[in-house]
Amino acid sequence: MLTNYIKIAWKVLLRHPFYTFITLFGISLTLTVLMVLTSFLDHLFGTHYPETRRDRSLYIQFLTQTDSSRTFQNKGPMSFKFLTDYAKSLKTAERVTILTFLNSSNAYVGSQKIKLSTKYTDADFWRVMEFEFLEGKPYNEQNIANSDHVAVITDDLERQYFGSETEPVVGKDIEIENIHYRVIGVVRGSPVTRIYSYADVYFPYTAPKSNYQNGGMRGGYVAVVLAKDRSDFPQIQEEFQSKIDRIPLPTVENGFKFSVLEVKSEPYLEGFVGTILDGNKGLKTIFFGIIAFIMLMLMGLPAINLVNVNVSRIMERASEIGIRKAFGAPVKTLLWQFIVENIFITFIGGAIALLFTLIIIHFINTSGWIAYADLTINLTVFAVSILVCLVFGLLSGVVPAFRMSKLNIAEALKS
Amino acid sequence: MITLQNIEKVYRTSSIETLALNNINLNIRKGEFVSIMGPSGCGKSTLLNIMGLLDEPSKGTVELDGERIGQYRDKELARIRNRKIGFIFQSFHLINDLTVLDNVEIPLLYRSANGKPRQSYAKDALEKVGLSNRVKHFPKQLSGGQKQRVAIARAIVGNPEIILADEPTGNLDSGMGNEIMNILQTLNNDGTTIVMVTHDEAMAKRTHRLVRLFDGTQVL
Repeated sequence: MLTNYIKIAWKVLLRHPFYTFITLFGISLTLTVLMVLTSFLDHLFGTHYPETRRDRSLYIQFLTQTDSSRTFQNKGPMSFKFLTDYAKSLKTAERVTILTFLNSSNAYVGSQKIKLSTKYTDADFWRVMEFEFLEGKPYNEQNIANSDHVAVITDDLERQYFGSETEPVVGKDIEIENIHYRVIGVVRGSPVTRIYSYADVYFPYTAPKSNYQNGGMRGGYVAVVLAKDRSDFPQIQEEFQSKIDRIPLPTVENGFKFSVLEVKSEPYLEGFVGTILDGNKGLKTIFFGIIAFIMLMLMGLPAINLVNVNVSRIMERASEIGIRKAFGAPVKTLLWQFIVENIFITFIGGAIALLFTLIIIHFINTSGWIAYADLTINLTVFAVSILVCLVFGLLSGVVPAFRMSKLNIAEALKS
Repeated sequence: MITLQNIEKVYRTSSIETLALNNINLNIRKGEFVSIMGPSGCGKSTLLNIMGLLDEPSKGTVELDGERIGQYRDKELARIRNRKIGFIFQSFHLINDLTVLDNVEIPLLYRSANGKPRQSYAKDALEKVGLSNRVKHFPKQLSGGQKQRVAIARAIVGNPEIILADEPTGNLDSGMGNEIMNILQTLNNDGTTIVMVTHDEAMAKRTHRLVRLFDGTQVL
């Protein structure tokens, strides 16, 4: 039976090549957009190199201080000391790393300037993140305690600064902002979209210009808390919150008296959305609502269009419907036939879309628009794509199939 | 076998009502070969459609093997059409996208028959109509007579008790028409009940009984 349906669907496709082209073009274009979008979202929010433990990490990125009249607010990353006192000491976490977001520096090769993104981290950074060391090793607690001028660089900087990737560079000297560092390791770089791991050069936090000794609550540091398991998140968040709640208030900084203090430890996606929407819960709902609406429209509008196209295409087959009904096809069976046919066509569109997506992803990954971009069609993306194909096929197939299966047999046979 | 009582069929549009059949009473007995004749538009095909459960009468009752059909739902009607009735149409109504074999298999698709036995039954039916060498052909590659023979094979593949034929020879030359009529007579001799709509007096004479319609009314 299924073979018979598919045979018919294939013949119907071949009957009007231009018409088929338009249908498949519409389906594959829609699905390509959805697949590339899913792949990009997965790239942004999924667990990927070198943040391979993102799914069991909590992020502490901002401290917000508000004065008693709630007219003045101070928001930003924290000081190294603050995070050492309140985050590093978490007992429920497996490990905590403290690091800066990005700092900008320059290095020179002859007269050529190389713009660099630098990051100051503790030694646990290399245990929380899973970088691939192409050469050498990470700095450790001893290097930090000795305030060694050492640096871990990326393969890209190695190529730019030392010119060759074949000769070992560990032990060589690199001059950044007039300070000499010894290269201790070379890692495969992280994409720029992963701000907790991305940099060109990594320094121990005791290296010059890190400002780790600054007092006060605010500074340039953030923390990543690695849980043993995702299920530990509530426990860790509770412990962290209880530590924050114990900070005596009000605090006085730069002449302002702050009576409200807020620091959150959140999973990556929540933290990201919270940053965009400034923690407003109502806005968060609207934000996800809009995203859902856009996704629905992306699928819904072409599906509605396809419904119309399918209705007219199936109308051509009224006689076939009449024949099948006359020889004993119940409405339900015919409904399934048209749905199966539609899903089959959608899957052809899906296969074309998969090919387009692979080409686009390859182009994005190799174009250099996003450094170290590693967009992939992984199992999740593929599963989402298959699901999208099914939903799309059903959306655009059910209505015409239902209309057609209800056709009066005698009328259908006359057409 | 088929009993029609007080059958009336009215076609309604927003402005016109057309009485297609008026108070038809007819009884077709098992093993009969009945022909229905009458001028164009007199309601022959409508009557055949009602007998074949392809259309519903506006009034009256249809009984098949003593069972009143009126209250049956789509699934039950489909099952009866599939098991008991085979159709042959003037314009063949083959699905051009399917091969001869696939076309003949259609009634068996809705009986949950497996692929191999299905093919074997379809080949047997094609052999009975002398087309076993055309299984892989598509309808467009066949002559009118061959198409009608495929349609007959499709009608008989499920061994139905009744065959309803709507002008089966109408689109064929007399030679080919005779051939088709021979096949139908053989089927009838084997016990199949046949009701045939025709315009051809010569063909009608070869059946057991003639029913004549005029303007939707039974006159003979």
